[in-house]
Amino acid sequence: MGFGKHSSSSKISALVVDDDTIIQKIHKALLTKLGLEVNVVANGKEVLDLYRSGTSFDLIFMDMEMPIMDGLEATKELRAMGVQSIIMGVTSRDLDLEKEAFMASGLNDCYTKPLTISKIGSLLQKLKKKN
Amino acid sequence: MERTQQHRQVAHMRQSLFDQGLLDEQFVQLEELQDDANPNFVEEVVTLFYRDSARLVLNIDQALDKSPLDFSKLDSYMHQFKGSASSIGAKKVKSECTLFREYCKAGNGEGCMKTFQQLKKDYAVLRKKLETYFQMARQVGPVETACRRK
Repeated sequence: MGFGKHSSSSKISALVVDDDTIIQKIHKALLTKLGLEVNVVANGKEVLDLYRSGTSFDLIFMDMEMPIMDGLEATKELRAMGVQSIIMGVTSRDLDLEKEAFMASGLNDCYTKPLTISKIGSLLQKLKKKN
Repeated sequence: MERTQQHRQVAHMRQSLFDQGLLDEQFVQLEELQDDANPNFVEEVVTLFYRDSARLVLNIDQALDKSPLDFSKLDSYMHQFKGSASSIGAKKVKSECTLFREYCKAGNGEGCMKTFQQLKKDYAVLRKKLETYFQMARQVGPVETACRRK
């Protein structure tokens, strides 16, 4: 079985980045049901390790608050590396200031947790139209 | 006939969880992810919630025992707890988390303690009701999606 873009699958590849095991399970099930090939890691450092090893993903769903390396730092690092993957922030934080700071780190957009079928469905429709 | 009646009982039990304000739309979202490949998905997620949140409940209890109270730490724990409760659609528990956080912001220790006592009761009640519901649902088999009104 491949991991990210090294997979032989033609499906859209997605990476769920979250330390919460409940969110990992829900988001993986949701994205798989929508036809994506999904992998899961628990913090920002693990994402960077993957990209540095040559693996990449079409979509990254990045949690904001995680131990070891949070979503803001990981997103900044990925963009500094020249990573062009679509990075969607996922946060349970309510304050606009916090979301704005997260967006400014290099996200394409930001969602409130948890993701839903309709939120991701809309995103995938936009991606299809763009391509 | 009896099977239909059993299905109705399960559907009624499910509906009552929404009517009593214990669950919200997020629970329906979880149900929509349940299929032949993941036939016990909702129960698995709820089990995971109760397993993971037990540690948070203990942390909050211990933090509430300290003097003076560290409201920032309490708020941080409750933020995590609220996130998990939201994930399974635990509406009442979630609103109590919000109230607790408001008391934290106001530095109201007594408010925090009273709210947490109530939260723990509702958390336990929801657990029992969901356990009963899942047990019944397993016995009668899948309910048709046409019956899935909220």
